[in-house]
Amino acid sequence: MIQNRRRNSKSSSSLLSGHDFNNQALINRLQSYFYSHYLAFSSATSRLSSLPFRFLSISLVIAIALSLPAGFYVAAINLQKITNITDNSNTISIFLKTTVTQPQIELLKEKISLEEGVENIRYISSQKGLDEFRIESGFGDVLEMLDENPLPPVFLIEPNRKFQNNTEFIKKLVFKLKKEHLIENIQIDMMWLKRLQAISLIGERLSFMLGAILAFGVLLIISNAVSLSLDSRGEEVVVIKLVGGTDSYVRRPFLYTGFWYGAVGGILSWIFIAIAVYWLSMPVEKLSALYQNSLELEGLGFFGMISLVSIGVGLGLLGAWLAVTRQLSGIESK
Amino acid sequence: MILFDKVNKRYPSGHQAIINLSFELEAGEMAFLTGHSGAGKSTLLKLIMLLERSTSGQLLIDGKNLSRIDRTQIPYYRRNIGVVFQNHQLLFDRNIFDNVALPLFVSGLRPRDVGRRVRAALDKVGLSGKEKMNPIMLSGGEQQRLGIARAVVHKPKILLADEPTGNLDPQLSEEIMGVFNKFCEAGSTVLVASHDLELVSSIAQRLLRLEKGFLVEDKKTV
Repeated sequence: MIQNRRRNSKSSSSLLSGHDFNNQALINRLQSYFYSHYLAFSSATSRLSSLPFRFLSISLVIAIALSLPAGFYVAAINLQKITNITDNSNTISIFLKTTVTQPQIELLKEKISLEEGVENIRYISSQKGLDEFRIESGFGDVLEMLDENPLPPVFLIEPNRKFQNNTEFIKKLVFKLKKEHLIENIQIDMMWLKRLQAISLIGERLSFMLGAILAFGVLLIISNAVSLSLDSRGEEVVVIKLVGGTDSYVRRPFLYTGFWYGAVGGILSWIFIAIAVYWLSMPVEKLSALYQNSLELEGLGFFGMISLVSIGVGLGLLGAWLAVTRQLSGIESK
Repeated sequence: MILFDKVNKRYPSGHQAIINLSFELEAGEMAFLTGHSGAGKSTLLKLIMLLERSTSGQLLIDGKNLSRIDRTQIPYYRRNIGVVFQNHQLLFDRNIFDNVALPLFVSGLRPRDVGRRVRAALDKVGLSGKEKMNPIMLSGGEQQRLGIARAVVHKPKILLADEPTGNLDPQLSEEIMGVFNKFCEAGSTVLVASHDLELVSSIAQRLLRLEKGFLVEDKKTV
């Protein structure tokens, strides 16, 4: 009984040690795998840092190529933002005849505000309109030269949120209001909005198109840069292949080279965009204030930075991979 | 260990480098491969290294049929072979230690075992204590011995050498051949290509002579 138990414990301990052995083998394999990555990483990094000017100039070219589509993208999202802001104040302007009297105005205001779909109605007298115009347009001096106020009294109607984007409904409302004899003209602030939306859509598409073309350019730049350093290390590649190095072993340091080009290019390009946005934000805010908007220029943000750097790194790795694969296929007999 | 059976190699240019070649080299055996330049010595070594593929015939290394080894398996196959080149193929952008350690790193040996193996290999060829030096500081004979250290550091079953004494004076050449002899005695299969018939004849080993792609002589030298 005791013997049996001893045997059991012995067999279980030998099993355990077998398990330990397997673990140890796995740990050894992992250790040497990570060590080879460490070697590849440090050799790539030290090679790049030994030629800092070349590294920086290539990274700069990549950064510029990435900045163009990224810049277009930023422009497009900001245009989008303008159309979103104005969407909520999609107003209908009703210009009254200059001859209307105060009681008529009160009556009409009451009537219109009862119409279906009218959320809010605001009255701007011709005097008030003139004052606002003088302040905001900067044409005050010109206005002084006029004998009388040329501006008509205006109603600003804000349609119900439900009918905000319902063009059919708004057309019907306009048609109905036009029958009022006190109303001179009706304008809907929608055409310019539509134009803006169309422009921002074009901008977005352009940014993708440019992005695709320039991504291809970045790929070529990186694969060329890696090819150059491969040429100067052709002997090393041959020796590694001769002593039994796998393709991935040969590729590894060059993939790290591509990684650095892409990553630094991406970061530099993000910095370029950030500087451009900062530089433009003041005049843009001034301009948008003139249009009674409070638009704050939006940059790429954290997510944008991560995407930009990831795209750079992805292109770097792919470019390096292509370059080394091309070189390797030349060495190995098929 | 090395078995050629009616092997032919024709290059795409039409040049027939190896013609109907058959011979066998047992494990632990050493042989010299001689012949004029262009006789097919280098091609024969390249076939064993899988730097070239035979056009027809069977080529078995350590029981493995080389035609069954595909491109992705070649690196693992080559780890069983050590090669010494006439032009050394040393890398001058790194020190002696890193040159010798390359086959070990490539095959994924643990870093802590690498140092021990590298020092042992350098010791065998009489270069111990020079690990930190750059190979460019070594003499021709020392560079060749460094090449041998790199070829044997991973304890290959087969050691190949292509004109290892090409640029060396007779005394150094004999010394190098002595090093190969030692590895053969330690159990490696050694095949040395050399056109230096005088040197080769002075060593008691098997001798294979090639001429225009044919094996014309297979004898034991005195």
